[in-house]
Amino acid sequence: MGKGKRAHFDKYRPPISSADLMSTPSSLIDDCPPPLYKPQPDGKHKENEAHLIEDAPIGVLITTYMSYFFLIVFGHIRDFFGFWLKSDEYKHLKTQNGYAPINSGFDTFYHRRLYVRIRDCFNRPVTNVPGRTITLLDRKSEDYNRTFKLTGETKEVLNLSSYNYLGFAQSEGPCADAVETAVRKYGVATCSSRMEAGTLDQHQEVEALVARFVGKEAAMIISMGFATNSTTIPALVGKGCLIISDELNHSSLVYGARVSGASIRVFKHNDMKDLEAVLRNSIAGGQPRTHRPWKKILVMVEGLYSMEGSICALPEIVELKKKYKFYLYLDEAHSIGAMGPNGRGICDYFGVDPEDVDIMMGTFTKSFGAAGGYIAAKQEIVDRVRFYTHASVYAEAITPPILQQIYTSMRIIMGEEGGDEGRRRIQQLARNCRFFSAELRKMGFIVYGDEDSPIVPLLLFHPAKIPAFSREMLKRGIAVVVVGYPATPIITSRVRFCLSAAHTMEDLKFALQHISEVGDDMVLKVSRLNRPAVA
Amino acid sequence: MASTLGTYAAPLVNDAARDLADSIIIAVNTTFTVASRVYSSIPGSRIFAKYVKASYQNDPYRTLLEICLVIFMIWYFGGKKHKPGDDELQLTEKEIQELIDEWEPEPLVPPLTEAQRTELDKIPVISGSSGSKLKLVDGRERINLASFNFLGALNNESTKDKAIEALRKYGVGSCGPCGFYGTIDVHIELEQEIAKFIGADAAIVYSQGFSTIASVIPAFAKRGDIIVADAGVSFAVQKGLQISRSTVKYFKHNDMEDLEKVLEGIQRDQIEKKKPLTRRFIVAEGLYANHGDICPLPKLLELKNKYKYRLILEESFSLGVLGTRGAGVCDHFGVSGKEVDIIAATFSNALSSSGGFCCGSKEIVEHQRLGGQAYVFSASLPAMLAVAAVEGIKYAESHPEALARLRENAVVMRSTLLKNVQQVQCGGVEDSPVVHLRLRDHRFRNREDEEQALQEVVDEALRNGVLITRAKYVNDQELFLPPPSIRIAVTAGHSRKEVEKAAAIIATAVKKVLKGRK
Repeated sequence: MGKGKRAHFDKYRPPISSADLMSTPSSLIDDCPPPLYKPQPDGKHKENEAHLIEDAPIGVLITTYMSYFFLIVFGHIRDFFGFWLKSDEYKHLKTQNGYAPINSGFDTFYHRRLYVRIRDCFNRPVTNVPGRTITLLDRKSEDYNRTFKLTGETKEVLNLSSYNYLGFAQSEGPCADAVETAVRKYGVATCSSRMEAGTLDQHQEVEALVARFVGKEAAMIISMGFATNSTTIPALVGKGCLIISDELNHSSLVYGARVSGASIRVFKHNDMKDLEAVLRNSIAGGQPRTHRPWKKILVMVEGLYSMEGSICALPEIVELKKKYKFYLYLDEAHSIGAMGPNGRGICDYFGVDPEDVDIMMGTFTKSFGAAGGYIAAKQEIVDRVRFYTHASVYAEAITPPILQQIYTSMRIIMGEEGGDEGRRRIQQLARNCRFFSAELRKMGFIVYGDEDSPIVPLLLFHPAKIPAFSREMLKRGIAVVVVGYPATPIITSRVRFCLSAAHTMEDLKFALQHISEVGDDMVLKVSRLNRPAVA
Repeated sequence: MASTLGTYAAPLVNDAARDLADSIIIAVNTTFTVASRVYSSIPGSRIFAKYVKASYQNDPYRTLLEICLVIFMIWYFGGKKHKPGDDELQLTEKEIQELIDEWEPEPLVPPLTEAQRTELDKIPVISGSSGSKLKLVDGRERINLASFNFLGALNNESTKDKAIEALRKYGVGSCGPCGFYGTIDVHIELEQEIAKFIGADAAIVYSQGFSTIASVIPAFAKRGDIIVADAGVSFAVQKGLQISRSTVKYFKHNDMEDLEKVLEGIQRDQIEKKKPLTRRFIVAEGLYANHGDICPLPKLLELKNKYKYRLILEESFSLGVLGTRGAGVCDHFGVSGKEVDIIAATFSNALSSSGGFCCGSKEIVEHQRLGGQAYVFSASLPAMLAVAAVEGIKYAESHPEALARLRENAVVMRSTLLKNVQQVQCGGVEDSPVVHLRLRDHRFRNREDEEQALQEVVDEALRNGVLITRAKYVNDQELFLPPPSIRIAVTAGHSRKEVEKAAAIIATAVKKVLKGRK
């Protein structure tokens, strides 16, 4: 199949140190693509849709299914004999002493026969800042990945895996200094929930800042990103309401929707025609059986999808919203900070008025290098949600050091601290994103997602290529995230590169060179778009 | 006439027909000959033909059956397809548009009530650090009996030092879930420390206490499984039960006879209906957040072993509080931590950090690394907080006197309160640091009225230098809403004198409020 032209970046050496490149202005600006962010004149979402949906070539499709077929058949054969011959090792899978096995069915089969084979690619322990580079604790397994032992050695590798979009994962600099002061002043925790006695003046200050940042009247901060979704949705909708959700929405949104008790319908990923069809049918049909009209309809979408790198078609959704009177819940877990000329997320990116989005949700884990999440909306909504969000009533309040990290990093992004540092980071990230995904596409890989997305998924397809890619890249000094079923559909296993403002052009070229080589070895350059002329 | 014509015409017709028939027969014959030649040129085709012929020869029923099948197939695939929703009324585009135009949704949220608005204004805002004593934004110092800082370890200077050390090594956020380079060495250390502390084989760390148990339960209990839960469990447990989609049965709070009755009922039902064996769990809490009392663990273990259930314990309020070492309810009853199948708790109470954990056997823990939703789909706990949690465990281990003082303070709090004012009830066991203060013998119009009265007590106490809080719930989502109460959290960080003083102030506040309402 079409082999891409081999990229030659021989002059670039592997990164050797995690020295913080953020504190010195980048000198590489001259040799990289021109400035970015040219907002579409009509504010419309236009992109090359083929990028988002390029299918696997038929040969790849067949061999991938065959791979899974063999894995599953051999797994069952091993299980069959194992159950009889090594019954001690399989004890936990059988009913014993009147107890049903603690996990059973495909769950455990998948875990034992597929996941354990490649377990060394996941949960790799690390031991420093997840910045431009990351230091892994070396580990080895003597029983085929069932258990691991740390060897005591460490390895510093280029980090293309952390959600450190703006490079705020730092142990030095203004954020860390401010956090240290905060720990001295406020301590480490508050030991209470926000509604009882866990509210510090610091909480109020940061909430006001977040509201200002995203362009809403008020905001509420919750101590965990996952919980922000899973415990707030039940505060907004309940029985008799309808949630219309993108099919690829994050697990926390699904969890929250299920807990809420509202009806749930799903539309095809980022497909506005399908969303409109679902809306029309739902409003006309009303509630199931009784056909009463829905009390309200909440459409839930993500700004930037973490597995696809696709950006939601917000302008179209806002148009539909005006037509169909639903409420809009926008999850900006990945896009806040990372998207838009001012780092203020998807609204900023498209030039959409934040007023048009009812609930803006986001997390601080990613671009801000902190933890937790926020809900921003009109004052009356936030007030109400404080009473009904489970996390605000029952869970621990977000802790002072984390709050301080959010506060300082957000102010840097806004340009209220550190001069043009924030703007520089935003520009650097945007430049890195465009350069990296464009290069990969040129090489002939199947790459999903928008060209401005800091998440760049590259399709691997075959289950055997998941560990092979990850191990090979690690050998070459690059940490990457590989994802397969169940996080993605069974056929589209992928490697997901997360770019950061902390990466230099040199880092990216180094990475691209190795990706290209590994891609050649593993026959990954199977795209039929943008296929370069064979030299 | 007709017959004459027939006789004459017949031979003519017959001749023409015969010619036609002949040519058809020849054509068919040639086709067959060619086909059979082509067919016989395929190797092995004769054996196949012979086989087919032989297998039909003695079996007319088979031929009949196959013809029937073919007819059925044609009928089935050719017939009209029935789609779900066909029975519904088919609306025209115009009607759909009319319905859409007419539809008016409710507002996203209803406006707050007057009571809620005042409540929101009354949430205390702390200036500076929270601790046994703290300053509110009005600048005045208060005795803090509202935070779950049971060991008084919150402002421990060495914890702060260690946290800052961690900050300088790891930064603040982990920027990724545990699976994707978010497992930091301090997480591994924390997991080992907490497993050792509880006495379990292994442990797994989550990044929020509330989400821990709400995620642990559905990781194991699936549709069709059976859960028997105490009716007094806290909200996070209830959410875990709800999301698991298992069959959930409740027994009366801390009533072991009722539990046995429920277990027996399930057993009878299973034998009668010959149901297959499914996973079965009993869910309870160590120290009940909503009641302040302790679960009868030995009896629970006895029943669980008798009826073959697995026991899930939520220990958020018992960890660092109960037992000689502060290791929770197992320690309290002198039972090995391994006896309980699954223990989950938060680090954010007595251990004064943030995040949660679940411990149990290696299999239980490993399963969650792929099956625990809040573990898999969430960024890991920031390193600073993991380090602070380790420090919390060390504090509990190295300060047995704090545990003793905590119990003593709890006893003092209850006795002083009850001595000074008759109209209150103090929920929970005598030395439990969670004191649910309820007003007794007073006629309230409704729950709101009672909450109002309690809030007045809280306000009055605050004016006199004691910070306490009502126990807050999402009222309409709690399964068995506990009666309104003020939840006093006694800590080891207070001296006996302070506790007595605070109790006296609260008692006076209660008297004043009740007097005013008569």
